[in-house]
Amino acid sequence: MTDLTKNPIEDIRSHRHTDGKPNVRRYHQARWDEPIIFELSAEGERGVLVPEVDEEIKRTTKDVYKNLPASMMRESLPALPELSQNKVLRHYLRMSQQNLGADFQVDIGQGTCTMKYNPKVNEHLARSHKMSELHPLQDQDTVQGILEITHKFEQILKDISGMSRFSFQPRGGSAAIYANAAVIRKYHESRGDTDRDEIITTIFSHPSDAACAKLAGFKVITLYPNDDGYPDIEALKAAVSDRTAGLLITNPEDTGIFNPDIDEFVRIVHKAGGLCAYDQANANGLLGITRARDAGFDLCHFNLHKTFSTPHACGGPAVGAQGASKELECFLPGPLIDHDGERYFLNEDMPHSIGKVSAFYGSASIVMRAYAWVMNLGAEGLREVAEIAVLNNNYLMHEVLKIKGISAPYAEGKRRIEQVRYSWEELYRDTGIHSEQLGIRMADYGLHYWTSHHPFVVPEPATLEPTEAYSVEDLDEYVRTLKAVSEEAYTNPAMVRSAPHNCPIHKIKPEVLDDPERWSVTWRAYCRKLANQNE
Amino acid sequence: MNESSDGPLIGLIVNPIAGLGGKVGLKGSDGEHTQQRALALGGKGCGVERATLTLRQFSRHSRAFSIVTCQGDMGEHAVAKAGLVAQAVLPIGAAEGFSASDTVAAARWMFAMGVKLILFAGGDGTARNIMDAVGSDVLVLGIPAGVKVQSAVFAINPVSAAEIVRRFVSNDITGCTAAEVMDLDEEELRQQRVSARLYGYLNIPDDRSLTQSAKSRSKQSDRGAVCAIADEVKRTMNDETLYIIGPGMTTSALKERLEISGSLIGVDIVKGGKLICRDASEQDILATMDKYPGPSQLMVTCIGGQGFLLGRGNPQISSEVLTRIGCGRITVLATTNKLTSLRGRPLLVDTGSPWLDKLFNGYIPVITGFRERLVYRVASSLA
Repeated sequence: MTDLTKNPIEDIRSHRHTDGKPNVRRYHQARWDEPIIFELSAEGERGVLVPEVDEEIKRTTKDVYKNLPASMMRESLPALPELSQNKVLRHYLRMSQQNLGADFQVDIGQGTCTMKYNPKVNEHLARSHKMSELHPLQDQDTVQGILEITHKFEQILKDISGMSRFSFQPRGGSAAIYANAAVIRKYHESRGDTDRDEIITTIFSHPSDAACAKLAGFKVITLYPNDDGYPDIEALKAAVSDRTAGLLITNPEDTGIFNPDIDEFVRIVHKAGGLCAYDQANANGLLGITRARDAGFDLCHFNLHKTFSTPHACGGPAVGAQGASKELECFLPGPLIDHDGERYFLNEDMPHSIGKVSAFYGSASIVMRAYAWVMNLGAEGLREVAEIAVLNNNYLMHEVLKIKGISAPYAEGKRRIEQVRYSWEELYRDTGIHSEQLGIRMADYGLHYWTSHHPFVVPEPATLEPTEAYSVEDLDEYVRTLKAVSEEAYTNPAMVRSAPHNCPIHKIKPEVLDDPERWSVTWRAYCRKLANQNE
Repeated sequence: MNESSDGPLIGLIVNPIAGLGGKVGLKGSDGEHTQQRALALGGKGCGVERATLTLRQFSRHSRAFSIVTCQGDMGEHAVAKAGLVAQAVLPIGAAEGFSASDTVAAARWMFAMGVKLILFAGGDGTARNIMDAVGSDVLVLGIPAGVKVQSAVFAINPVSAAEIVRRFVSNDITGCTAAEVMDLDEEELRQQRVSARLYGYLNIPDDRSLTQSAKSRSKQSDRGAVCAIADEVKRTMNDETLYIIGPGMTTSALKERLEISGSLIGVDIVKGGKLICRDASEQDILATMDKYPGPSQLMVTCIGGQGFLLGRGNPQISSEVLTRIGCGRITVLATTNKLTSLRGRPLLVDTGSPWLDKLFNGYIPVITGFRERLVYRVASSLA
């Protein structure tokens, strides 16, 4: 027997705590130095070997290529990489390890994006063959299931918002904002009121509110916040006129501060003859508590890929469900899904519609996921989501504000809804370290961190949104790490300045991203530019 | 850093008497007479101390850059106090006295030596002297040490100045931006009057270029925004109105767009697309308005970092001029970056007439781009 007094068993957990308190995580990201998949290609290598076609089939079909129109025939084979299955699998698994994906970490650092956990049961449903093998050109009688789900989910969104109808056409938040601006334009046109060419928004609303309004042909007037963090009524009064077409606004804005005068904002814009569209990108703290229509809004949209827990992928499939009041529902992008008492059908009879804003009827699988999520929670569960998201956020703020160098500008001492835009201005003054540098150092501990949209209205910003999905232990880990990074900035700024140290890629020179001569978005473009340079 | 560095050469100019007049209530340290008075009152310059604070942020072993500086309190002492060694010490700034011409001579010499950056500790006066010497030919960065640091060429404090130098020498900052140099008349300030004009622009390292995302890297996008503002304003102009266009980079882009040879730091008057009066004084403006009695419109921008819309940077636009034009006929132009740099502080007016200042209190639409306005608060600077 081993003498344990001489060769004791090592406590492999000892580094996790000091004096009973947890330490920051000792993290190191995988670094595979993985080549680009084109570099891995070997001529003739295959993942699947397709069996030879039976002679009998060949005799029956004859030369199939002859039946194809000449315009559809390639002149040369596509330049795709040629790899075996295991090489492909290895390649992508390695790539997946070299990131800070949502399921790897306490993903609360990407404020405004509502990075909640996405229950995998929703994925199973969306990926089932019943869903994935549907085609939008199928006869409507054969897709009654997804039409029913979409129709039922519309009723749920109507209850949540108080709106009269919803369209699932817009494939993202910005698309829905654009569609709202287009409805506003169409509404005024329908009344012969063609001089209204100004949209009012606020600087803490999502930048898409201004951008999409402009894209829809409007002039944009932006309101700046007062000390409370939202524009005061006088600013709005100075902005409205007989040229006001509408108001596009987020509430709470990205500061997490709820504008208590929002109904008064709506009244002022209505009085001037404009419409009001509620960008509900930040609805996670409001589900079951406030409703857009109750505050007087004419239009709204929900990001299903945020608030309703379908993954908020980087530009992946998304839905900006667009809601309208009774008066405006005829302008929604179609088709809408209706029920004639016997069957569900796509209602294309919408003569006043702004038209389509995407193909077919949007991203059906996203609606499927969102529906599954809501049905699992029920109405009371939805309200609980909002309450816990707000509770989590205010707990997080309470803890974060104990850290040296950070503050939460505006509305001092007041609680926030579901997120907070913090400022590291004091830390920057003391140490010269920017917020972005703290963010890069956070990645050294396996945590993601984001600053703010531009322009940086809050100096040295950081935006955290814990949602309802994370436990108090998760939030404590994030705060502990943020505190450690702040302490490093004060005591060892060189460490923060030279970060990242534990990530596969070091700093990227941002100016390269601005230089069309140097950037390449495809492997072929990169090879061509490299060859030209070396000539 | 030491004598033989691998990095760029940086010039260091310390104005040892910067801040001399401040603590004894003299509003500044310009002019020899004031300096004598300040010394007699027990005033003490803080240039050396502030420069030392910046230099202390660097290790003597770093080879990131080398320093060329002046003798004694004009740089040599600060370098030594920080435990560093200068590569070269210019024969300027001998023990006896200090004058503006020392700063000018040092900046010129450093420019001729090919320094990549002139770091100076001083105030607005020092910034003006350096601008006189080298204009926009070399990058400059100020360590705030003077009584008046109204110019936008200064780092927030000595520590952040060091951080900007560090980023600059490690090539993390590659862009530059033009920053306002202000000319505040101390003599008038002592008489309880504030009369400041825009003196010109110095190029400073663009610190945010390191960190802002690809979407809004500063120099190009701000230039783009300024051009968009010019387009937007030009669209609204007509032949009947007399346009009085104030000083600054933003309004200068409009002058460029109108294809008139206007002045960067002066007030120009335009009618029917033609320049009627260049670099107009208050009297010129009033005389031109007499000559053209039709409608008139004022176009102004604010001073970056300060937020002064009227009363600083454009004293030619006096309360009498404003009364004649009418408060409702003022178009304000500024980029969103410039407005956010005010950190939520209001735009300020100090026209010299409290009654007129009051009229401006409230919200004003600022043209921030093509078909873009931002509604921003205006307040009297005395409020």
